Amino acid sequence: MHMADALLAPAVAATMYVASGTVAGVSVHKLKKDDEPQKLPVMAVTAALVFAGQMINYTIPGTGSSGHMCGGMLLSALLGPQAGFLSMIVILAIQCLFFADGGLMALGANIWNMAFYGCFVGYYLIWRPIMQSRWFGEGKSAQRARIVAASIIGCVVTLQLGAFSVVLETSLSGITELPFGAFVALMQPIHLAIGLVEGLITAAVLLFVYESRPELLQCVEPAEREGSKRSLKAVVAILAVVALVVGGGLSLLASSNPDGLEWALFGNAEEGYAENMGLDEEDFGVSSKAADTAGAIQEKTSFLPDYAFANNDTAAGTTVSGIVGSALVAGVAVLICLTGGFFRKKKSS
Amino acid sequence: MNKMQRAMHELSEMDELAAGSSPVHALHPAAKLITTVVYILVTLSFDKYDLGGLVPMVLWPVMLFQISGTSVKTCFYKLRIVLPLVMAVGLFNPFFDKTVLLQLGSLSVSGGVVSMLTLMLKGVFCLMASFLLMATTPIDSLCAALRKLRVPKLIVTLLLLTYRYVGVMTEELAVMTEAYSLRAPGQKGIHISAWGSFLGQLLLRSMDRAQELYSSMLLRGYRQEFYYADHRAFRRGDALYMLACSSVFLLLRNVRIAELLGSTIVR
Repeated sequence: MHMADALLAPAVAATMYVASGTVAGVSVHKLKKDDEPQKLPVMAVTAALVFAGQMINYTIPGTGSSGHMCGGMLLSALLGPQAGFLSMIVILAIQCLFFADGGLMALGANIWNMAFYGCFVGYYLIWRPIMQSRWFGEGKSAQRARIVAASIIGCVVTLQLGAFSVVLETSLSGITELPFGAFVALMQPIHLAIGLVEGLITAAVLLFVYESRPELLQCVEPAEREGSKRSLKAVVAILAVVALVVGGGLSLLASSNPDGLEWALFGNAEEGYAENMGLDEEDFGVSSKAADTAGAIQEKTSFLPDYAFANNDTAAGTTVSGIVGSALVAGVAVLICLTGGFFRKKKSS
Repeated sequence: MNKMQRAMHELSEMDELAAGSSPVHALHPAAKLITTVVYILVTLSFDKYDLGGLVPMVLWPVMLFQISGTSVKTCFYKLRIVLPLVMAVGLFNPFFDKTVLLQLGSLSVSGGVVSMLTLMLKGVFCLMASFLLMATTPIDSLCAALRKLRVPKLIVTLLLLTYRYVGVMTEELAVMTEAYSLRAPGQKGIHISAWGSFLGQLLLRSMDRAQELYSSMLLRGYRQEFYYADHRAFRRGDALYMLACSSVFLLLRNVRIAELLGSTIVR
């Protein structure tokens, strides 16, 4: 899910940097307030482990293919959301800087899509509520079932959010001609399967940690007595079926109506659906003097070119002289290479 | 060589490149970082049909490759990760955007083809720029520069420590994977029965290791402040490099050099 620089417009990349930067700032502030200097090496070593762990192939039984782990949920369950988020930032930065996985400008977006959802949404909305609930009853086996449920639901939901954000960011950047709805229909089901496998891997690792050192997990009270036995396989099977049904339903809905978002907002007069949300595509937006002035200022200062005009003469830039010029530039580039090579040879001889 | 060994090889390759010496290596890391960010921003800001405007942007990375003596092959090996996703998104453009933008004799080039090519070039150029930054700047110098640019201490120290431990952890997992595969010949990955224990065991050991690491940091006088060996001052030359490069990028963004060059030949 790592986005490359080329998939983002500068304005979108900058917005995502600001969003991720703000969350990072809040996380740093929170950790500073907690004042636990011994947490830093734990974060570093765990982040390094997750980085390496992402390269392990986990065989999916009966399919011949293998799955991987992303690690957002795992890190937040072990370190807490803030520390987990910062560790994910570092992992993504190392991947982008040393392995070209993602891009320097896309780092903000990648942090948002993979770290923010995995750590904050995954922790506060899924992990913590489930772990503090009385789902599956009392005792150790109920706790185990809760860990499995939280891991699978967490990974599926956060990956779906991440995949949707990728589509949203790419579409807002005006990079792809693929209709929004079709892109969503392409991405979500794929990431549903990936999320399920990742959830199972995360659950397996967290269960192992729970059995040996339950105090390492966030929001988990070490249970002393054994509760009523509940089959973990049954929990996994139920969750898998629910996820498949929900995911399958959603993708069917998306593919039968490829431009769902536009349709919902503006309606389709030709098909007789003029109502919907009652918005007029031409007059969409707020109309006021202040808005007009803001629009004029934005137009003057805008760094991002308007991607909407396919037949813009100045934008086309593919005239014959352009091609010849590009060839000349290529020639100059080759010349620079030759000169560089010549000087280096001279130096080494 | 398994995946982890390959990753370790790539890391050490980047370290070796960054340890080299050239005029580019000698520049201040902050100047290089800012110039790279400006280059990527300008490259991304080209219109999706502006292939002609984008092409001259290749000159900067090409020049840096030559001056720094960095291997182009290593850079292009990394393309295997970037290009598939960019291509997956860009490949749809020719099918959806069939407006003819250019007529070359009997060959008509559609907007989709042009935008696909622009997208791929942007991908390659941005990759080259970030690769050149890392191939000419050691990680400690980059972290020192990040501190100077007011990135929070916690994040920078975490980055440095994690980078140090990425090598250790990757090596351990490489050995474990090798040992596992030798005991389970013909099996493609880790069997479901070992999903939890494989990474879990190392995770538990790592938690203990982190405690030892913290103790050793304290023994060596760690007081929540990291001191960088790289104290190189920001000189006038660094500022000049940064300003000159940024101005050239903005010039290339606004003046259609390729077309001007072309029009001197074609009338």
